[in-house]
Amino acid sequence: MKTLVWVEHDNAVVKDATLHTVTAAAKLGEVHLLVAGAGCAAVAEAAAKIAGVAKVHLADDAAYGHALAENVAPLIVDLMGHHDAFLAPATTTGKNLAPRVAALLDVMQVSDILSVEGEKTFTRPIYAGNAIATVESTDAKLVITVRTTAFEKAACEGGSAAVEAISGGGDAGLSSFVGAEIATSERPELTSAKIIVSGGRALKDAETFEATILPLADKLGAAVGASRAAVDAGYVPNDYQVGQTGKIVAPEVYIAIGISGAIQHLAGMKDSKTIIAINKDEDAPIFQVADIGLVADLYNAVPELTGKL
Amino acid sequence: MKILVPVKRVIDYNVKPRVKADGTGVDLANVKMSMNPFDEIAVEEALRLKEAGSAEEVIAVSVGPAKAAETLRTALAMGADRAILVETDETVEPLAVAKILKAIMAEENPGLVVLGKQAIDDDSNQTGQMLAALTGRPQGTFASKVVVEGEAVAVTREVDGGLETVKLTLPAIVTTDLRLNEPRYASLPNIMKAKKKPLDTKTPADYGVDIAPRLKTLKVAEPPMRSAGIKVPDVDTLVAKLKEMGVA
Repeated sequence: MKTLVWVEHDNAVVKDATLHTVTAAAKLGEVHLLVAGAGCAAVAEAAAKIAGVAKVHLADDAAYGHALAENVAPLIVDLMGHHDAFLAPATTTGKNLAPRVAALLDVMQVSDILSVEGEKTFTRPIYAGNAIATVESTDAKLVITVRTTAFEKAACEGGSAAVEAISGGGDAGLSSFVGAEIATSERPELTSAKIIVSGGRALKDAETFEATILPLADKLGAAVGASRAAVDAGYVPNDYQVGQTGKIVAPEVYIAIGISGAIQHLAGMKDSKTIIAINKDEDAPIFQVADIGLVADLYNAVPELTGKL
Repeated sequence: MKILVPVKRVIDYNVKPRVKADGTGVDLANVKMSMNPFDEIAVEEALRLKEAGSAEEVIAVSVGPAKAAETLRTALAMGADRAILVETDETVEPLAVAKILKAIMAEENPGLVVLGKQAIDDDSNQTGQMLAALTGRPQGTFASKVVVEGEAVAVTREVDGGLETVKLTLPAIVTTDLRLNEPRYASLPNIMKAKKKPLDTKTPADYGVDIAPRLKTLKVAEPPMRSAGIKVPDVDTLVAKLKEMGVA
């Protein structure tokens, strides 16, 4: 089977999400990559070095600059004439793009796979991760999005794939990119961090969140996350949200502070290797999944913890 | 213009789903069902666009069992003008739903279709994008802001790392994210009025759509259980544990 993997990039580097997806694709067969963008030749060079990659298709055109699904999907559909499966990471870009490709190919997408069980058989979470379904596709071609935390990263060195420039239909004339507001952070990226310190509604306000959570995160070199309640209350921006509707994370250590552990939140973090919970309510559901729990008032416990590390 | 709002009847988001012992699925017998939360946001957004004068009519549509009529009545009680139920007792996958919606779009010619970004039962996150593909229209997924500007719509999207704004030519497909709005509650008088609003019942065959599933569900299982944890009495013990793990 020949697979085509969507390369997520920022015109400079290949994002880690791609490396996880390559591992999933390699379980199905020969891995080809698609680098689409505007001025992204350097990304194709880097992508060609990823271990296990047989070929890189490079589509460099202004129309592909912001990965608008209307422009990029037809390009992928063309390439699918020579491939049996299309895989994209289950990031916002992948989730936006892949179903558009699937429908154009008249196939059902398999979303957010956790494992490859056979050539056309996969597991995926349903009901906010409260059940795991094993599904088999009956379609001729596969379109898949990959839960990145469920697959190891492919090595970004060791490969020597050929890069082939391709062109597609360009601008479909349906949509245009207006602008972006990207939150800047010096801290590790949430989805790839080894340690995450997450805060919930109990942090009271943005200032308290900052004063309590950030020093601990910095001490541990951790990324900062939040529950939906903390995001909705405006303590932190939306893209900090961990959960069914936010980001899915699986770090080595997840420290949940002042988070009760609603099922929507657990859906985003219960595959973390070690979960540590600090909460003053000893009946909080978070303690049912926590490996280490501390029943304490976070206003005393967290500064004390930060001080003693 | 008209706005079409597809809504789905799903297990209530507060209910913890239980996997059936025979591994065939999740037990939905006697479980509280509600409108998918993202779809409530979609209905709300359509109503706000109507109230702002950007739309004349809001049509709610649902594909599902007879009981999905209750979900449509909820949309009508919130303020939708009329509803279409495409009735079937089969499981309908996103691709088939998108094909049914395409056929309804061909009949109704909406300027905008607003869907939830995903249903909280199958967690697919596909239907909106598939509908956009099948109809050859632009898509604004994970919307946190929607502004109709003449023949176009500006959609601010929640993307990994922040926000992004795109401009789409109408007709367009928009899928809602949680931050788009706070859905209204249906008042008792409006619930009563909703009972008199038109609700057409159709079947997938009326639209010539084959709903046979493409994905075979071989098994549904409980996720692996986490082993029981420990509680530590104080911060010092927690620090010691963290040091043991090599974290600190």
